[in-house]
Amino acid sequence: MTASEVQPGGRLLRGVHRTLTGLHPALESVLAAVVGLLVGAALMYIWGYDPWKAYWALLRGAYGGSYEIASSIARGVPLVLTALTFSICLRGGMFNIGAEGQVYVGAAAAVCVAYFKLPPGLHLLVGIAFAAVAGAVWSLGPALLKLTRGVHEVISTIMFNWIARFLVFYLVAYVLVDARQGQRTVQIPLSARFPVLVRGTDLSYSVFLAVAFALFVYFLLWHTATGYEVRAAGLTPTAARYGGISIRRTIALSFVLGGIGAGLAGAATTMGLPPTYAIISGLPQLMNLGFDGMAVAMVGRNHPLGILVAALFFGGLNAGGRVMQFYGSNPVPLEMVRVVMGAIVLAMAIPELVRVFPAMAASGRALVRMLSRRKPAEEAA
Amino acid sequence: MSWSYVLDLLRISLHAMVPITLTATGEIIGETAGLFNIGLEGILLMSAFVGALGAEAGGPIVGLLVGMGTGMAISFLFSVIAAYWKGTQMVAGIGINLFALGFVAFGLIKLGAPGFHAVPAAAQLAKLRTPIGAVSPLIFVALVVPFLAQAFLNRTRAGLILKAVGENPEAADVAGINVNLTRLVATTFGGALAGLAGAYLSVGWFGSVTKEISAGRGFIALATVVFSGLNPILGLVGGFIFGFFQSLATWIKTLPTKTIPWQFVDMLPYIVTLLVVSGVVGRVRFPRALGTPYKRE
Repeated sequence: MTASEVQPGGRLLRGVHRTLTGLHPALESVLAAVVGLLVGAALMYIWGYDPWKAYWALLRGAYGGSYEIASSIARGVPLVLTALTFSICLRGGMFNIGAEGQVYVGAAAAVCVAYFKLPPGLHLLVGIAFAAVAGAVWSLGPALLKLTRGVHEVISTIMFNWIARFLVFYLVAYVLVDARQGQRTVQIPLSARFPVLVRGTDLSYSVFLAVAFALFVYFLLWHTATGYEVRAAGLTPTAARYGGISIRRTIALSFVLGGIGAGLAGAATTMGLPPTYAIISGLPQLMNLGFDGMAVAMVGRNHPLGILVAALFFGGLNAGGRVMQFYGSNPVPLEMVRVVMGAIVLAMAIPELVRVFPAMAASGRALVRMLSRRKPAEEAA
Repeated sequence: MSWSYVLDLLRISLHAMVPITLTATGEIIGETAGLFNIGLEGILLMSAFVGALGAEAGGPIVGLLVGMGTGMAISFLFSVIAAYWKGTQMVAGIGINLFALGFVAFGLIKLGAPGFHAVPAAAQLAKLRTPIGAVSPLIFVALVVPFLAQAFLNRTRAGLILKAVGENPEAADVAGINVNLTRLVATTFGGALAGLAGAYLSVGWFGSVTKEISAGRGFIALATVVFSGLNPILGLVGGFIFGFFQSLATWIKTLPTKTIPWQFVDMLPYIVTLLVVSGVVGRVRFPRALGTPYKRE
């Protein structure tokens, strides 16, 4: 008869402990988010802001009401898609940081639907397809360079990002430009726009596109043989190769799938983002979506369902940050949000973040031991 | 086409070479010891910004030193995470880059104009008069440092220890070398060079800080490291090649005839980087333990 059977309180506590261990990855994400927010608070304090007021404004701006929550979800939509780009490739064992450029070309391709007429629903679908294909094509460059020449994807994707940036700058300035409004491209016609879901907010039906793609990736990676191959190749490439898996195929597949995700993010931010429905010169609505997506992917533990939750958090940071930058007499600039994101990712890099606080963990264990009244001798045995 | 245009091109190339060569040399030292830092872009950005602040407070030399200190501090944090806490090096590097993007944009707003801050002339590093025009003294530093690094890596005991730690950390550990400490020191020193390069961007070359002042140079330096195969002298050559194409883009834009849109001219350095890197990969061999944390069995 062990102590836990005698002491119901002990069993309960151990049950809680077991559940917490199961939630370990989620707990670490939360802890990383807390660390990031604390770093942000410390920096705000040093630079002469009031961190509590700022975070209060941010919280209210992000989740303070249904309007705010809708805006936060809207900000999270493209982040879900770019986070999936990063995650699919990471599951396949690669660091694809090319979502940024793929979003640009995807958005430019989506704008092209303005040049022809189609019936409403079909027009939208064609636009989505355009963006997906453009993103996938742009991701083929790094994939081919990796497969044929062995170029590391971190270098090639960054170079492709810069090339895409200047290419889309050119397209926005000379090719897709609206003759009447020089600072933006032609507008996407009504028939190819995602309808607005919550009136008065940025939230459109593009949210369903993001959720559907996340569920598709989840199903593909965890419930099909192809997905199993991708994950096996990512975990141990040598073992996967001996098991008869074509590494070349999984590399190409994860890049193309990722490119589709990022291209869709480009569609969501042009066809599904009121009120412009066009690319503005300088690409303000597209900049950094790819990089922020990496933070979302890591906090979401590279799992599609985790990413959906993490995107809600980061979408909230972005939407709340927009409120924060106009709040009070000494408002905090929106850029603070990215500082917090960087700190969160740095914290996520530390494995077993919980163990960085050994004192905390040790005292937690001592508490469990004390409450379950286990004698040290018994534990040693 | 007159000679002055060609001299201009050479002078700008040498200036563009400095940050890439310095950063690449620092990264070569770090990678020899086994840590792969993709946060170089963020280090350049942060040290350009903090270095400019230092220069305004205490003159250009202080600015360069503050930049080096910034680079060392960030690299120190990176190596503690990567070496001692066995963190994922790629993720930590991405974190540094994101953090720097936000921090510098935030700091520039705090200084007044969003996105741009001019460094006063008194705080800028004075240029030397030479036959090819006024050049930054750091060009000579960048020309010398790779040779020193080459000698250090191949001719000194410390350099061989670095190679041992990168190549076979188990054997190095058995031989009584502190693997994690060696990696920490090597990467932190490499960070000082990257920090110097960052401070050079704002204090020694552009005379201003923008939120995209690094413009991918950190990643081009990573490409240079791949090109060099961890040989600092080839790193110098690579730095000059990439610097040349960057300045070629700048130079074409100053030509009186505008035949190509500037957007395509600006793509040039990145396209060349891709071409060069895809041309050399395969013949290059990296340390066996590069990118993996060392855990004692």
